[in-house]
Amino acid sequence: MKLKNQLKAAIRSLSKNKMRTFLTMLGIIIGVASVIAMLAIGQGSKQSIQAQISNLGTNLLTIFPSASMTGGVRMEAGSSVKLTLDDYKAVASRCPAVMYSTPTVRTSGQLIAGSQNWRTSVWGVYPDYFDIRNLTIQSGSVFTTADDRSATKICVIGQTVSKYLFGEGIDPVGKQIRINKIPFLVTGLITAKGQNAFGQDQDDIVIAPFTTVQERMMTITYINSIMVSATTEKMIPEATDEITQVLKERHRLGPSEDPDFTIRSQADIANAATATSGILTILLASIASISLLVGGIGIMNIMLVSVTERTREIGIRMGVGARGRDVLLQFLIEALMISLIGGIIGAGLGILTSEVIASIMKWPVTITLQSILLSFLFSTAIGIFFGWYPARKAASLNPIDALRYE
Amino acid sequence: MGDLEVHALRGIDMEIRKSDFVAIMGKSGSGKSTFMNIVGCLDVPTRGEYFLDGVDVGKMNKDQLAQLRNNKIGFVFQSFNLLSRTSALENVELPLMYNPKVSSHALREKAMKALESVGLADRSHHLPNQLSGGEQQRVAIARALVNDPVVILADEPTGNLDTRTSVEVMDIFQQLNNKGITVVIVTHEPDIAAYTNRNVSFRDGRILKDLQVEHPRKASEELLLIPAISEEETI
Repeated sequence: MKLKNQLKAAIRSLSKNKMRTFLTMLGIIIGVASVIAMLAIGQGSKQSIQAQISNLGTNLLTIFPSASMTGGVRMEAGSSVKLTLDDYKAVASRCPAVMYSTPTVRTSGQLIAGSQNWRTSVWGVYPDYFDIRNLTIQSGSVFTTADDRSATKICVIGQTVSKYLFGEGIDPVGKQIRINKIPFLVTGLITAKGQNAFGQDQDDIVIAPFTTVQERMMTITYINSIMVSATTEKMIPEATDEITQVLKERHRLGPSEDPDFTIRSQADIANAATATSGILTILLASIASISLLVGGIGIMNIMLVSVTERTREIGIRMGVGARGRDVLLQFLIEALMISLIGGIIGAGLGILTSEVIASIMKWPVTITLQSILLSFLFSTAIGIFFGWYPARKAASLNPIDALRYE
Repeated sequence: MGDLEVHALRGIDMEIRKSDFVAIMGKSGSGKSTFMNIVGCLDVPTRGEYFLDGVDVGKMNKDQLAQLRNNKIGFVFQSFNLLSRTSALENVELPLMYNPKVSSHALREKAMKALESVGLADRSHHLPNQLSGGEQQRVAIARALVNDPVVILADEPTGNLDTRTSVEVMDIFQQLNNKGITVVIVTHEPDIAAYTNRNVSFRDGRILKDLQVEHPRKASEELLLIPAISEEETI
């Protein structure tokens, strides 16, 4: 039988039982729609995590001292080996793959401004820090290297700190605050960054010149970490190698010895977070595809009923010259039509659902062409897979018995 | 199918010539249905040979049988066996759909011609349930005709019809036979067999009698004598 006639015959027999066809299709519609919606949600969250992480600066490298080991007992990280400012200077001057660099010291401070107080972490850094972290100043200005050299008591503060100390919408620039009883002049307000990928408030921060924090507040000689940014994201491995070499040399460690410091790149964290959301996407999609599978079983069920119901018709068709493969094709096309039309409607519904979720729940949602193609492919495969057995059953009927079937 | 071996036919030797009009008679269990299945290429004999239009059917596979049924045989059944919710015309088109040689353009034309030859051209778009029993059987005959078969096989074609309609159907068969088409019908009614040229009786899988009919009844003449009854008056 010609394909055109096969298609016509399939449309006719499917439209004979509109309700049944629709209900069978519904299984596929729901399956495809949920796969697309789940993939859209998964992709959306993945992309927003990626965006947040690159907001942190993807070529950021942080160097910490490692945990030292004394007689087999590991001590707390940084407890005995410390990084020093000289380590930093060596990294800054001898690593060509490093663009910006800063030593960091960090302490917590009780902030007082007038009658308000707030507790947060105070970072002591070089002005490079702002470039490394992609921080910008909303009002006022950043301290300079000269401020650092003279250990000036000035700082820039984040939006959250400003809100709790001075109230919302008030420009803190030029105001005086006391950090652990030491008076500081606020010279800048950092542009809001919001939460990072781990839910930390990036605006709850006070940044002051490195020397000020290290010498005036903490009175220590070591540094907590070194932060650098590689020249480009691709240069991260090279920068890592260079830093390792320089620091090993300074710490008198042989090339085969384990380093006493750890270099963590933002890309590692980004990859981990992306992988997590990737797993989440797969999980959501596989749960959704179970419903697609159930839809497929629905098709098989209805097709089996249909073959039994239409045994007489199959007999007539075979009697007038239909070969087994003609009958097989006829039932397969019917199953395929249900799954394909279901797939198309499901894709539409899935896109709609994703948009509704995006607008009501304010979730980031990304519909990709791949996810639509994937669910199409999947629903077609389901049509063929679950349509095959009933079609095979119809094709293998004996025309004599089929013609006699009551 | 069955676990039990049944010899439905044994030692049959029979020849049906072109343009013959044969009635196969016999009680149920006489083997006439098996005979029809073999003649109709629905089944192949366990042993023995069957030649249709010079082709040895005995050694054919299912697909070849299907093609043979499509090209050389037209079936008419007792219960009409039309596709429901499918118009008369489309029912007649059905065998042509499985004939790759017929273009979709020629399809409609041939089907319409076949319907005309059974006098149902004006009912081509009616569905089977909108047609009377006689009309349905005529659609079935048109369907049997449409692929220009070498033989038309009718299994109890008048079994579900009243007297007048039966005569009408036999009239159509006689007209077709006069045009040179070979017709074989299975019936257990001697009245119906009397319209054919040759009566073959089966019993227990063997041929009991094979007689030429000297003076077949003429359906067209008898139709003039039976008054057409409208449906209201039959109650």
